[in-house]
Amino acid sequence: MTTPLLELHGINKSFGAVHVLRDVDFTVYAGEVTALVGDNGAGKSTLVKCVGGIYPYDSGEYVFDGHPVHVHSPREAGALGVEIVYQDLALCDNLDIVQNMFLGRERRSGLILDEPTMEQMAAQTLDRLSVRTVASVRQQVASLSGGQRQTVAIAKAVLWNSRLVILDEPTAALGVAQTAQVLELVRQLADNGLAVVLISHNMNDVFAVADRIAALYLGRMAAQVKASDITHSQIVELITAGRSGDIGLAPAHASTAADIDLDEVD
Amino acid sequence: MAVQTSTAAPMAASPNRSLAQHVSGYFRRLAGGELGALPAVAGLLVLCLIFTALRPVFPSARNFANLFTQGAQISIIAMGLVFVLLLGEIDLSAGFASGVCAAVLAELLTNWHWPWYLAILTALVTGVVIGLVLGTLVAKVRIPSFVVTLAAFLAFQGVALLMLKNGANISVSDPVVNAIENKNLPVWLSWVLLVAVVVGYLAVQLLRVRSRAARGLGTDPLSLIAIKTGGIAVLGGLAVYFLNIERSFNPLRVSLRGVPIVVPLILLLLVVWSFILSRTGYGRHIYAVGGNREAARRAGINVDRIRISAFVICSGMAAIGGIVAASRANSVDPNTGGSNILLYAVGAAVIGGTSLFGGKGRVLDAVLGGAVVAVIDNGMGLMGYSAGTKYVVTGIVLLAAAGIDALSRRRAAASGLR
Ligand SMILES: Nc1ncnc2c1ncn2[C@@H]1O[C@H](COP(=O)(O)OP(=O)(O)OP(=O)(O)O)[C@@H](O)[C@H]1O
Ligand SMILES: [Mg+2]
Repeated sequence: MTTPLLELHGINKSFGAVHVLRDVDFTVYAGEVTALVGDNGAGKSTLVKCVGGIYPYDSGEYVFDGHPVHVHSPREAGALGVEIVYQDLALCDNLDIVQNMFLGRERRSGLILDEPTMEQMAAQTLDRLSVRTVASVRQQVASLSGGQRQTVAIAKAVLWNSRLVILDEPTAALGVAQTAQVLELVRQLADNGLAVVLISHNMNDVFAVADRIAALYLGRMAAQVKASDITHSQIVELITAGRSGDIGLAPAHASTAADIDLDEVD
Repeated sequence: MAVQTSTAAPMAASPNRSLAQHVSGYFRRLAGGELGALPAVAGLLVLCLIFTALRPVFPSARNFANLFTQGAQISIIAMGLVFVLLLGEIDLSAGFASGVCAAVLAELLTNWHWPWYLAILTALVTGVVIGLVLGTLVAKVRIPSFVVTLAAFLAFQGVALLMLKNGANISVSDPVVNAIENKNLPVWLSWVLLVAVVVGYLAVQLLRVRSRAARGLGTDPLSLIAIKTGGIAVLGGLAVYFLNIERSFNPLRVSLRGVPIVVPLILLLLVVWSFILSRTGYGRHIYAVGGNREAARRAGINVDRIRISAFVICSGMAAIGGIVAASRANSVDPNTGGSNILLYAVGAAVIGGTSLFGGKGRVLDAVLGGAVVAVIDNGMGLMGYSAGTKYVVTGIVLLAAAGIDALSRRRAAASGLR
């Protein structure tokens, strides 16, 4: 087995008294799409923000490409090649597409911003992603539709020499056609050798593109399995109860209601 | 990294747009609530016509020059305020900060007999330190800027009183400092200044077109550049022509003509700050923090540093405004930078089109709005209105500008632009 690109061991994270992540292990391989699933409030976005350096984690180990690292800021994550498309899209409405795509990493020639180069690179990236829906890359982001914003956010993530792209519910607000486009894009990223983490509540989407599935349950990692080794209903059980048959959390941490359910099934 | 190679024609980065498209695009933005500089320019025209009709002395050469020297302090403070407003913050202490810096200047010049350059430098440093303190309290301690600067507004008023021994004024007799507001460029140099501005503007525009065209990117049509450059040349030419008319009561004893020295100072500040805001990464980050602070933070921008720096720029510009005020009055008293200076400055920025909600504005707004405020103040003075009436009218104008800002924002939201 190749070494994973990202390995998290025993990550804990609390917001004040609220213990959101408990001893989370998470492994992501290059060239694969890893789906991260879990109920609302399970801690998916929080985990991702810890990976991206937005939130500091309280304890745990962060291993990237075989090396233990410490990521304290988005800049450090970016330097590793970690790019995140956030659920609450982090775009500035008052800036245009180019300005957003290069935000924080502007090209300069001397003191001055190198606008022509940035505009060209942004246009090329959108072009590679087969984005045809925006009229001009100098359009203000405020004037874009939800799907177009999502595309800009994804294009922003792949513009850099990224190695790990994390997408937090990229299709949540999209129509059928745009969802298919985004999923195809996600698959392409992985086929090109990137490690991709896809957060989604839609199991059809997950099974359509994911190689591996990781299920969070109340801040604990219930299971990480190959998509081919698990069924739709097992995943739903892992999400809702933390346990399905002999995979999942130890009974002490899984939902007791589910245990009863399982007993009845047996 | 190549994600997908598409065979279709590449997307035009930004297509070439004809003059007609520029014009129709402008009207579409207006209709969408993006008024830009229109209220300020229209207001300026209407006000000048009204005052000219009511007081024939208003358009005289002497009064025209007065407009520049009267509006200078406000415009300069407003330019600094634009940075703070762009972040969605406010600095209510900018007026009295400029007063304190002016008091420092006068004290050093007159009582300590320091040379002008050291006194000016110290006044500027005072402004920068004030900005550092305010910015740190806002960005690091996280006190709302409204409260921090309201407290500073009171405190600096007190500092000015203490420094000036309870209301005594200090006169300034340094010829260099006094020259800023009271001396003019020679007539020939005034014309050279105009030519330099026009040629410089044209050169910047043409270079931009060339570098973009070389990459196959869309460019502005030459006709649009010609119209803009022509407009600057004509308006600037008229201004220089009027400023070059003799305006001394007794030309034989002392000649008074040419562009006031403070005008090139304002132009310089305008060009430098505009360049920084629109062409550098720092300027881009100011807009980003004002537009979406969290997005800026996630993009790796040091948001705290940006916020502190905006207050530093604001207070530093207030110091320059204070120096100009000291120069104009040849003295400093506890009310230098007091009374309505701050509201005039905020009004100038907002009238010019800078939003109180952050993320939208230009340094040019401060100068355009400053001109409007100067015309109102000057015109009403000529009409013989009392200070009370002036305050009321200025308050209404400020409210109107803020109202236009809020309404155009709602309009923009409705049309999906914001
Ligand atoms: N900044 C914060 N401060 C305090 N609590 C937080 C914060 N962010 C998240 N939480 C809490 O952490 C828990 C996990 O939230 P998170 O956003 O990670 O869930 P999620 O799995 O992404 O859910 P969703 O599917 O709804 O996006 C929730 O209980 C939430 O209330
Ligand atoms: Mg989430």
